[in-house]
Amino acid sequence: MSAVMITRKVRKWEKLPGKNTFCCDGRVMMARQKGVFYLTLFLIVGTCALFFAFECPYLAVHLSPAIPVFAVLLFLFVIAMLLRTSFSDPGVLPRALPEEAMFIEMEIEAANGNVPTGQRAPPRIRNVQINNQIVKLKYCYTCKIFRPPRASHCSICDNCVDRFDHHCPWVGNCVGKRNYRYFYLFTLSLSMLTIYIFTFDIVHMVMREFLLFLIRRDTQAYYACTLELSTLKETPGTVLEVLVCFFTLWSVVGLTGFHTYLISLNQTTNEDIKGSWSGKNRVQNPYSHKNIIKNCCEVLCGPTYPSVLDRRGLMQEDSTVSAASAAPSSSSSISNAVPQTTNVVLRLQKTTAPLIPNEHTPDDAKPSIAASAEKSPSPREEHPPAPKVPPLASPETDVEDKTH
Amino acid sequence: TSEFHNLQELRHSASLETKVFIQRDYTEGTVCRFQTKFPSELDNRIERTLLEETVKTLNSYYVEAEKIGGQSYLEGCLACATAYIIFLCMETRYEKVLRKISGYIQEQNEKIYAPRGLLLTDPIERGMRVLEISIFEDQGSGTSSPSSSSMSSTGSAR
Repeated sequence: MSAVMITRKVRKWEKLPGKNTFCCDGRVMMARQKGVFYLTLFLIVGTCALFFAFECPYLAVHLSPAIPVFAVLLFLFVIAMLLRTSFSDPGVLPRALPEEAMFIEMEIEAANGNVPTGQRAPPRIRNVQINNQIVKLKYCYTCKIFRPPRASHCSICDNCVDRFDHHCPWVGNCVGKRNYRYFYLFTLSLSMLTIYIFTFDIVHMVMREFLLFLIRRDTQAYYACTLELSTLKETPGTVLEVLVCFFTLWSVVGLTGFHTYLISLNQTTNEDIKGSWSGKNRVQNPYSHKNIIKNCCEVLCGPTYPSVLDRRGLMQEDSTVSAASAAPSSSSSISNAVPQTTNVVLRLQKTTAPLIPNEHTPDDAKPSIAASAEKSPSPREEHPPAPKVPPLASPETDVEDKTH
Repeated sequence: TSEFHNLQELRHSASLETKVFIQRDYTEGTVCRFQTKFPSELDNRIERTLLEETVKTLNSYYVEAEKIGGQSYLEGCLACATAYIIFLCMETRYEKVLRKISGYIQEQNEKIYAPRGLLLTDPIERGMRVLEISIFEDQGSGTSSPSSSSMSSTGSAR
């Protein structure tokens, strides 16, 4: 019986798990809450607009036209860095497909051996030696992978991110391997811009007051040469700019300093907060080259890593009933797009996808999924009888510290 | 690539037995590198040296892509000076190497792995986490057993 095939062009980003929002047909990737990002944008654009409106005409005439020109270039650089940080993929690690997850589960089972009933299984940790340092790789229950070193799971975006630094609400995205240098350049250039605007605001106010002072002196107006601050009435924007810059200075310049320190040590904010390499028990950072210049070069001038999350790839979606009613688990649809696997694999994965529950599975469905997995009419009949389904991965069945 | 698709259609009647995943080797840090340990499931399917050779070549490609040296500094500084707008028109070195890798894997599949009923999946499609090797059942000479005909019927329903 032939089914009518209506293939709708669906891009992979529409089916990606995690709590990201995508724009421009998958080209732009951000976190869900973008409010603070809009605030950042508003503050920067607004303050610069005031600067160009009030300060620049005066300074261009009285000091030098290079001042507004440089300000424009700096402003454009800041915005470019901000948008690049916010819109790019921070280094998200795609979740394991069902077969990979199953393979890892089998390995864990084999490694753990027989756990007596009633006792909890040991925590899922892999030890790896890097530069004479033992690094523990933790298992991520959401993504069903052992996290690579320096990766961490962001609970806001619900993704594992490689070289996870932190989730920045100001930028509306995680900061990770791929966008850390843009983030750093953003904070650095923003510091420079803030200092620039602040300085020239002061210069502007002082100049106006000094001019007034000279005028008053020349016109023989012998009242006390107190600062009338009439400039404030002429350029009210200046006050606003000074206020914004003053508060921004403390936070942004401090942040830039902090990240400069981190870069020189080749550490991430996440590692710093957790005290991973704080030096007790002779634990040292195995990733550091022990040379400040080398560390800086690696972080800032290193290779530009590509995104491993294929957002704009096309997915084949046919509208046959069986496909539509198959488990909507996104892991099954991601497998469709792999061109090299045959269609047999496609079918296989669609029917086995419900085996491993993900965040979309309601809690009470989990035990029934385990039961139905054994009964499911999968084409794996000729496959040797399915081995005992390993206990479905969940944090409750394993002992672990809850630092996810 | 057309030969490759024909290859796929030829093996379309073969059913997938299992998949083996070669994991990342983190002993040298976060640089991309795969373990050269030979998985036991492939014992009677392929010679150890062939797989080792493939993995070693892949590893060397990744080393080339992630090398931090004169060219990467130049690329980085130039890009920074143009506020990274240059990346809209220019392909980065990493992307160039990835294309080479994808070509290499395709070639390896055609020459070595497909004839042995195996298939390599480019690691980039698995988030650079694993090198996936699909193991297919040893193909019969075209006689259709009920299971394989159901496979081909689901296949033709594409």
